Amino acid sequence: MSKALSSSYTPGPPIAWKKILLKWETLLGLAVIADFGLNTYLSPYFLNPWTLSDASFNFTEQAIVALPMALLIIAGEIDISVGSTIALCSVAMGLAAKAGFATPWLVGLGIFTGFLAGCFNGFLVTRLRVPSIVATIGTLTLFRGIAYALVGNGVLKSYQPDFAYFGQGYVIGPVSFEVTLFALLALAFAVALHKSVIGRRIFAIGANPVASRLSGIPVERYKFWIFALLGATAGLASILLTSRLGSTRPSIATGWELSIITMVILGGVSINGGQGSILGVVLAALFIGLVTFGLSLLNFPGIVLGIVTGTLLIGVVAISSALGQSGRRRRS
Amino acid sequence: MLKSFFLRAPAVTGLSLLIIALLLSVSIAFPPFLDPVNLKSAFDDTALLMMMAVGEMFVLLTRSVDLSVAANAALTGMVVALFNAKHPGAGILPVLLISLVMGSALGAVNGLLVWKLRIPSIVVTLGTLSVFRGLVYIISGGAWVNSGQMSHAFLNLVRLPLLGINLLSWAGVLIAILAFLFLRYSLTGRNLYAAGNNPEAAAYAGIDVGRLQCVAFMLSGAIAGLSGYFWVARFGVAYTDVASGFELQVIAACVIGGVSISGGAGGVVGVILGALFLGIIKNALPVVGISPFFQLLISGLVITVAVALNSGTQRKTHGRHILESKKVTP
Repeated sequence: MSKALSSSYTPGPPIAWKKILLKWETLLGLAVIADFGLNTYLSPYFLNPWTLSDASFNFTEQAIVALPMALLIIAGEIDISVGSTIALCSVAMGLAAKAGFATPWLVGLGIFTGFLAGCFNGFLVTRLRVPSIVATIGTLTLFRGIAYALVGNGVLKSYQPDFAYFGQGYVIGPVSFEVTLFALLALAFAVALHKSVIGRRIFAIGANPVASRLSGIPVERYKFWIFALLGATAGLASILLTSRLGSTRPSIATGWELSIITMVILGGVSINGGQGSILGVVLAALFIGLVTFGLSLLNFPGIVLGIVTGTLLIGVVAISSALGQSGRRRRS
Repeated sequence: MLKSFFLRAPAVTGLSLLIIALLLSVSIAFPPFLDPVNLKSAFDDTALLMMMAVGEMFVLLTRSVDLSVAANAALTGMVVALFNAKHPGAGILPVLLISLVMGSALGAVNGLLVWKLRIPSIVVTLGTLSVFRGLVYIISGGAWVNSGQMSHAFLNLVRLPLLGINLLSWAGVLIAILAFLFLRYSLTGRNLYAAGNNPEAAAYAGIDVGRLQCVAFMLSGAIAGLSGYFWVARFGVAYTDVASGFELQVIAACVIGGVSISGGAGGVVGVILGALFLGIIKNALPVVGISPFFQLLISGLVITVAVALNSGTQRKTHGRHILESKKVTP
């Protein structure tokens, strides 16, 4: 009897929602395993710790930015200027390296430049009330423009040898610094989003900004700081990327915003805000990384991979909206 | 009537004054800007931006966004270029037909996904953007189609001089006029506004919002396809990265011209002004003698400031989403 009572007490929709989410991540997990198997079958070079380690480099930097991007999209905003932010940070570090600053300074400068860029986006969106997609179309051009204005068509590459560690170093055996950092950050973001008050509030803001404000959540302040965090993380990714390439050109990371947003959406984060999980984003990043690496092992050119990611994105969202329509969608 | 029009649209008035001031100051300080050759080329550039922005406006009006317009133009441009290289004797009519049909078909792909599967337009067009670009590479094998492989008719149509300006500029003007008449006097045009302004009320009034979104995407696609041919013919080359990133300028032109990203507000006049504004700046910078590496910075600054200023006039509720989602219950 108490069982019946408790089941009638529990509200229906949240449970269905969780089930779908769970299914979604299971699906992604299976896709990752399937692709892993497929790659192993198709290429004899794939199943080797060092190959796998190499494979991780082509998506880790983007995946790191996808974590705060997930927070931002869950909170109901978007930032398409991240690729340009990465370029701006890289140029700032390159110029500082040229002026003779040591590596710790470069790291601080890279993150700080990204932080400032993120604050600027946050200011436009929360203070001046520019819709985020429009504001960041502007800053996408602006940040990239600053990068070109500072460097022209030159290359900055006077980095100290110890700067190479971030993008090329290994912690133990074939486990690279980048992957370690990504794992730690993913854990931190997962705890912050799913186990803390801040995370619950981010979900609330995305699901219903008006109700959140009325219940006392400083919505605009939250959004501002997520923008700032995303900027700082883009700065971090810029350090990794610049260190891996060993040089800075103003065209660095062009178009990354699309792959990063694709990872987030593929990971089950709703573009309308209010739902998503870090686990999904991590799995989606792994999946995209494995698919693109598998295809490149089979000698497909980079632009053709775009067809695969684009189709994946649409197909996956189509499936999830088909699943979602059976129950939860009614409410919105 | 004119007075009431300007009073109703302060953004349009401000923008026209700004454009006039910009034109005057540039032409007084740098007379070479007024060189007919330069003006013609500036107008041609702007015409491309203008027509694609008009197409984008249809989509924005219905609370959607089309990020795939530039990729659509690149793909359609490549197809007509390859067609022309294979059948140089076929003349210009099939080329125009292919670009329109193929452009609207690609637009219909976007539109159907948004309408039938209810996927947010930003996700759909983010996906098709990559797919279309990848397809350009596949059908061309990564090779360029140069002007040497294109027929004279194919290349010269856009350069046909007519009353002082090129045919390409006239095409931009014509598309703008047609769009203006369509939005103002046709039922579908009026319904586009209704669907974007209040989808729920529109649905109760018997308007199929999803179908209209699909129509808007097809219009945007058709214009993008046609611009693809114009682009390839104007610059005499088709390759994978044609118009890469141009979709952002197209959206910027719309937003600067007062089209609301949350749907239902905006007009052709504003979009033309927005496109003119960006076009003039882009073409004035080299004349003024600013290094090409600073041009992106200035465009970015202009877009950011314009967008920030404009958003003040279209403040909606606090509870906005990235794009307003359509909520159609019945």
